[in-house]
Amino acid sequence: MSAGAAARILGFEADGKTREAGARARSRPHAGSRRADGRHAVRFVLGVLIPLGLVLGWELATRAGLTQGRLLPPPSRVLGTLLALAQSGDLRLHVQATLLRVALGFVAGAGLGILAGAVTGTVPLMRHLVDPGLQALRAVPSLAWVPLFILWLGILETPKVALIAVGVFFPVYIGVSGAIASVDRKLVEVGRIFRLSRWALARRILLPAVLPGTIVALRTGLGLGFLFVVAAELMGASEGLGYLLVEGQQFGKPDQILAAILAFATLGKLADALLVFLTRPLLRWQDVARDVL
Amino acid sequence: MLTIQDVSKTYADGTEALTGIRLAIPPGEILALVGGSGCGKTTLLRLVAGLDTATAGTIRLDGAAITAPHPGVGLVFQEPRLLPWLTIAENVGFGLAHLPRAVRRERVAHVLARVGLSAHGTRWPRDLSGGQQQRVAIARAFVADPVVLLLDEPFSALDAVTREDLHRHLLALWAETRPTIVLVTHDVAEAVALADRAVVMRPHPGRIHDTVVVPRPRSGDSDVAFAATRSLRALLDASLGRITERAAVPA
Ligand SMILES: Nc1ncnc2c1ncn2[C@@H]1O[C@H](COP(=O)(O)OP(=O)(O)OP(=O)(O)O)[C@@H](O)[C@H]1O
Ligand SMILES: [Mg+2]
Repeated sequence: MSAGAAARILGFEADGKTREAGARARSRPHAGSRRADGRHAVRFVLGVLIPLGLVLGWELATRAGLTQGRLLPPPSRVLGTLLALAQSGDLRLHVQATLLRVALGFVAGAGLGILAGAVTGTVPLMRHLVDPGLQALRAVPSLAWVPLFILWLGILETPKVALIAVGVFFPVYIGVSGAIASVDRKLVEVGRIFRLSRWALARRILLPAVLPGTIVALRTGLGLGFLFVVAAELMGASEGLGYLLVEGQQFGKPDQILAAILAFATLGKLADALLVFLTRPLLRWQDVARDVL
Repeated sequence: MLTIQDVSKTYADGTEALTGIRLAIPPGEILALVGGSGCGKTTLLRLVAGLDTATAGTIRLDGAAITAPHPGVGLVFQEPRLLPWLTIAENVGFGLAHLPRAVRRERVAHVLARVGLSAHGTRWPRDLSGGQQQRVAIARAFVADPVVLLLDEPFSALDAVTREDLHRHLLALWAETRPTIVLVTHDVAEAVALADRAVVMRPHPGRIHDTVVVPRPRSGDSDVAFAATRSLRALLDASLGRITERAAVPA
């Protein structure tokens, strides 16, 4: 998706031609050059250096007989378990169950969070009415809701999704309302000078201005979604990666526990990368320190 | 005709930013507002732009009172205030959303050429120098075809050569539709180079100290410009409570 297409879906500015040309002009020096590719490769190697070293050390330590490997199975055994799970089709089943819960909870929590943040951020009356209550609820550790959710919603999927949604809601709500509160008054005045209606002001100035903060909030929310799916599945499930954890504990299979953890890490990282990839075209204009550090 | 009738502005914290400002600015005039820091120049422009409301008095454009931003009044802020998520061309066309795309594109291209930035339409604001950004801000105000254009120290952050360049760009744009221009500046030479009339303000509270008329035609080193520069400088010194040798010599 080009920046122009993405921006038009969000409906900032209609001048698609210039926008796309701008995006192309900007992306050319990056995507095209071999130096940039090289830098990406170097960064990737740097990123995996320490984890890979640890894994290798661990494997060698087990092989050398330094540890027994019964409670702390070597990476090869963990991978073997993961592969076996994948081949039997069990892994797919569990991953699907977990992803579905995270997706439903994330969509519900993030959607409500954006809505609540936008309303309280733009309508002072709603802020005074709703924000104190939500701040008080936020102080409750989300896991404290579990017994209530089970009483209210039964033990099947609904309480799990509800728990995840609660976990996702708060960081998104805080992030969005904070982003709206910190929109630069000077840019809002530009909109006033051009006599934008309330709606046009929201669409053409507030929305793009809060986008970076909102995306950060969504990433935080997604991370918490994965955190809470574990909690939800630990409290009783017959499928899902969290179920693999519980089962691994009950039957004394540390390799299965580690395989599930590995799967969680991979899924979480992939989901975050997907979110970043999908939203990056929207933020190409940003002038941030990350590019120079 | 832009008329400012006995306008006063006291901010909520009690600061008396302006008192008893009275000015009549005929269509097409370029008026310079000169004065020390804090004498209320920005406040006055914000009142004329309809961004703030006066505590007393009225501001009228062709008889109609200005109480909110007016379609005929454009403002270039003290900083460029470009929207960072729009390209240069999109920033310039920001106020033209109601026009068909083809018309908009043509007008944006025209005004970008006028300020010497045709090659930069597809870049992002962050990629432009300060002076280039200020030119974009001027283009964005001009492209909406204002009757009155308010400029708040638009060139103060620039070097002398760039500034003279921009003076030429500004006069070229002005010559096309001859809007009324109110230009705030600290620079006496700039006031003389651009304005038909220069109003000197003084602070605490902000009010009008005196006015200098700068007759046309003139060039930077003519006798007329020299005399105007000298008397303006003397007035500015006096408005700041400084008596200097220059002030002692009658202009
Ligand atoms: N929002 C505000 N609230 C309270 N006081 C203000 C506000 N804005 C400006 N003032 C005060 O009003 C006076 C005039 O300010 P203004 O910004 O109009 O000055 P200025 O002539 O534009 O100065 P400069 O040349 O430094 O830009 C100053 O004393 C300033 O402190
Ligand atoms: Mg000012």
